[in-house]
Amino acid sequence: MTAYLIRRLFYAVLILIGVNLITFWLFFKINTPDDIARMQLGAKRVTADAIAKWKAERGYDKPLVYNAAAQGAKRFTDTIYFEKSAAMFLLDFGRADDGRDIWHEIRTRAGPSLAVQLPVFIVGLGLNISFALLLALFRATRFDFASQVFLVAMMSISSLFFIIAGQYVFSKLWHLVPISGYASGLDSFRFLVLPVAIGVFTSLGGATRLYRTIFLEEMGRDYVRTARAKGMSELVVLFRHVLKNGMIPILTGVVVVIPGLFIGSLLTESFFGIPGLGSYTIEAIQAQDFGVVRSMVFIGSVLYIIGLVLTDISYTLVDPRVRLPG
Amino acid sequence: MNFLPVFLWTDLLLFLLLAVCAAYARHAARHAHLRAPWERVRQNPVGMASATLLAVFALIGVLDSLHYRPALETKPGAAGKTQYSVEVRSVLDLLAQSVLGPMAGKSEKTYSAPLATHGFSREAREVTDAAGVVRTLRDYPRLVNGGAHLADPARERNADIAVHAARGLALGFMVWLALALAILAATEGGGASSLGQAWRAAWSGEGARPWRAILLTLLAICLFAGIAATLGSRYHLFGTDKVGQDVLYLALKSVRTALMIGTLTTLVMLPLGVLLGIAAGYFGGWVDDLIQYVYTTLNSIPGVLLIAAAVLIMQVTIEANPAWFQTAVERADFRLLCLCVILGVMSWTGLCRLMRGETLKLRELEYVQAARAFGVSRLAIVVRHILPNVMHLVIISAVMDFSGMVLTEAVLSYVGVGVDPSMTSFGSMINAARLEMSREPMVWWSLAAAFFFMLSLVLAANLFADAVRDAFDPRLVAQGRRRPLRQAREA
Repeated sequence: MTAYLIRRLFYAVLILIGVNLITFWLFFKINTPDDIARMQLGAKRVTADAIAKWKAERGYDKPLVYNAAAQGAKRFTDTIYFEKSAAMFLLDFGRADDGRDIWHEIRTRAGPSLAVQLPVFIVGLGLNISFALLLALFRATRFDFASQVFLVAMMSISSLFFIIAGQYVFSKLWHLVPISGYASGLDSFRFLVLPVAIGVFTSLGGATRLYRTIFLEEMGRDYVRTARAKGMSELVVLFRHVLKNGMIPILTGVVVVIPGLFIGSLLTESFFGIPGLGSYTIEAIQAQDFGVVRSMVFIGSVLYIIGLVLTDISYTLVDPRVRLPG
Repeated sequence: MNFLPVFLWTDLLLFLLLAVCAAYARHAARHAHLRAPWERVRQNPVGMASATLLAVFALIGVLDSLHYRPALETKPGAAGKTQYSVEVRSVLDLLAQSVLGPMAGKSEKTYSAPLATHGFSREAREVTDAAGVVRTLRDYPRLVNGGAHLADPARERNADIAVHAARGLALGFMVWLALALAILAATEGGGASSLGQAWRAAWSGEGARPWRAILLTLLAICLFAGIAATLGSRYHLFGTDKVGQDVLYLALKSVRTALMIGTLTTLVMLPLGVLLGIAAGYFGGWVDDLIQYVYTTLNSIPGVLLIAAAVLIMQVTIEANPAWFQTAVERADFRLLCLCVILGVMSWTGLCRLMRGETLKLRELEYVQAARAFGVSRLAIVVRHILPNVMHLVIISAVMDFSGMVLTEAVLSYVGVGVDPSMTSFGSMINAARLEMSREPMVWWSLAAAFFFMLSLVLAANLFADAVRDAFDPRLVAQGRRRPLRQAREA
C-alpha cells in the first residue's frame, strides 16, 4: 500500500511537470511575450520601446530557457522558464497585472469559493442519490417515466438559464435574497442560499440519471435475486444491498472532484458576485492577465492530481475486494 | 454570374462530415449487422421524433453554410470584371429575406417587444401643432417595419395578429398535410394498397416505423414555421435586440454556430480518441504508458481554463496576422474553426480511455488470438477485428457529446472566449440579454428565443442520443431481451 502510494505520488509529480511544460509552451512559446505586450498596449501606439518597457516591468525581458549571458547556475535560473514556470512548484506565482501577489489572492479567495461549492457538493450528492434510489424503487412506472423526462429536460437547459431565472424570480420579483454580493461569517447565509440551490439544481439532471443507471445495474445482479428469493422485502434489498454496493462506483467517482471544490465555479461566482477563485479566474480571462490564468491552471491541476491519488486510496477503503498492488 | 460562391473552412468541413455520414449510411445499409441497431433506433418513437426535429435544424444549418457574395450593380456599358460585394451571405439569408421580407436582419433602431408596433423606449421628436408652434414630444415611436401596414395600430393590431396567426396555422397545416402524404406515399406506398390505408396504418401505429411520433413532430414544426412566415413577415415575432435586429432571425442564424460547434468538434475528437485509444490498448508497453500519460496530463488541467488559455492565445495570433483574412466573416469563421479544434483537442481523453479499455478486452478474445496465430499483420488485426467491434462505442459517444458541446459554447461565450463577437450564437444572445436584466420593464424576449431554440435543439439531441445508446449498447440490448423491467418489477 505505502509503496503503491509512493509510486502514485511520483507519477503525480511527473504529470505536474507535464502540465507545467504545456502551459509554458502555450504561454511563452506559441505566443511570445512580445505578442502579449502588443495586444495589451493596443495595436496603435505600439513602439519597440513601449514593448521593452512592458516586458521589463513584468520580468519578461529574459531568455526563455537558457541565458547564455549569465554565469554558472544562473544560466538556467535567470530565465523566464525558471522564474515564471518552475517557480510555481514553490508556490511562487509572482504578481498579477494589477500588482497584487497572486498567491495571497488565491489564499484569501479560496474560502468564499469553498463556502459555495462545499454545500453544493454535499447537498447535491445527497439529493441525487436519494432521488436515484427512489427512481430505482419505482422503476418502469409512470413516476419513473415522468421523472426521466424531467431529468432529460433539466440536462438540456443551459446552466446560464437557471442562474438568470433564479436571480430574476427570487431576487428581483420576490425580494427574498440579495441579487449578488458576499459577507463573511454567519451573515453570508443569505448571499449563499440561492447560488447553492441553483448549483444543486443544475447538477440534478445528469448525476441522478447516472446514479439511477448504476443502481439499476446493481439490481440486476444475482445476489439481489437471491436476497429477493429469500423473501426479503424490496426496501430491505434496496437499502441493505443495492445502496451499499451502488455507493462504491458513486463515491469513488466523486472523490476526484473534492479537492477541485476550492477552485469554485466560474459562472455562479461571477453572476452572484462572490469573491472566490472562480470570479478571480473569469476576471483574469477577461482582462487577459496571463499570469493569473497560468497560476490558476497550475493550481487546478495540482488539485485534480490530489483528487486522483485520493480516488486510489478511497478504492481500498470502500471496496474490500480491491487490493492495490504493493 | 451574379454571385460568387464562397467556401469557408467550416463549410467545407461540414460538407466533408456530411459525405462521411452518407458513406457510412451506404455502408451500413448493405450489412445486416450494421443495419440492425439503426433499425432499433428507427422503431423508437422518441428517437424518431427527435431525429425529425434534428433534421430540420440540420437543414437550417446546411442552408446557412452555403455562402456566396452577391454581385454589385455594374454600370451599363462598363466593360470589365463583375465586382462582388464584400458582404458574405448565405442561402438561408436569401430565404429569410424572401419569407420574412424587411424583417430579416437589422430593421429597427433598438429594442422592441415581440409583435410590437411601437418602440420599447420613449424618444423625443418634434411636432408642429395646429398653431404652427414646434414642440418636443416624448413618446413611443412607430417601428419602421414591425406592424407598419396598420393605419391605426391601437385598434387594428389584435385583430390583425389573430387573422395572420390563423392564416399561418392554416398554411402550416396544409404544408404538413402535403408533406405527410408525400412521405407516406414514398415510403409505405409499396406495401399498402392505397395511400388511405397507409395513412390509417400510420396513425394506428401499425406502420413499419413510429409514424405517429414523426408526423406529430412535423406538425408542430410546420405550425410554428407557418406562424413565423405569416406573422413574422409583418411583425417582429420575437421582438428586436439592442441594435434593432430581428431576434427570430438571430436565433435561426445561431443554429448553424451551435451545429458547427457540436459536429466539427466531434470530427476533431474522433480520430484522436479512436486511434490513440486503440493504439494504447492494443500495443501496450511504452506506447500505452505514453498515451496514458498524455491524456492524464491533459485531463488534469481544468477544461474551461485550458480552453480559455488556448482561445486567448489564438486571439493574439489572429490579431497579429490581419492579412490572413479578406473579410470579417472569414475571420469569424477561422475563429470558430479554431474553437472547434481546441474543444476537440481538449475532449478526446474520455473517448480515448473508453477505447483503450475496450481494446484491452478485445485483444484477449479467441478470434483475435487466432488471427495473430495465423500471422495476420497487426495493422490488419486492428482494422478488421478491433475497429469494427468498438464502432458502437464511437457512435454512442459521438451523439452523446453533441449536446454537451452546444451547452459549452454558451458558457464559453459568457466567459468571453467563445465565438467571434460578430458571429451570432446562442451564447452571445444570452450574454447580450443578461446585461438588460436590470432594465425596467425587463427585456426578456431575446432570452426567451435563445431558451426556446436551444432547449429544442439540445433536448432533441439528448433524446436522440438516448435512443442511439439504447439501440447500440449490447449490454442494454441484452438486458431488454432477457427481462423487460416492467416484468421484473411485477415479479
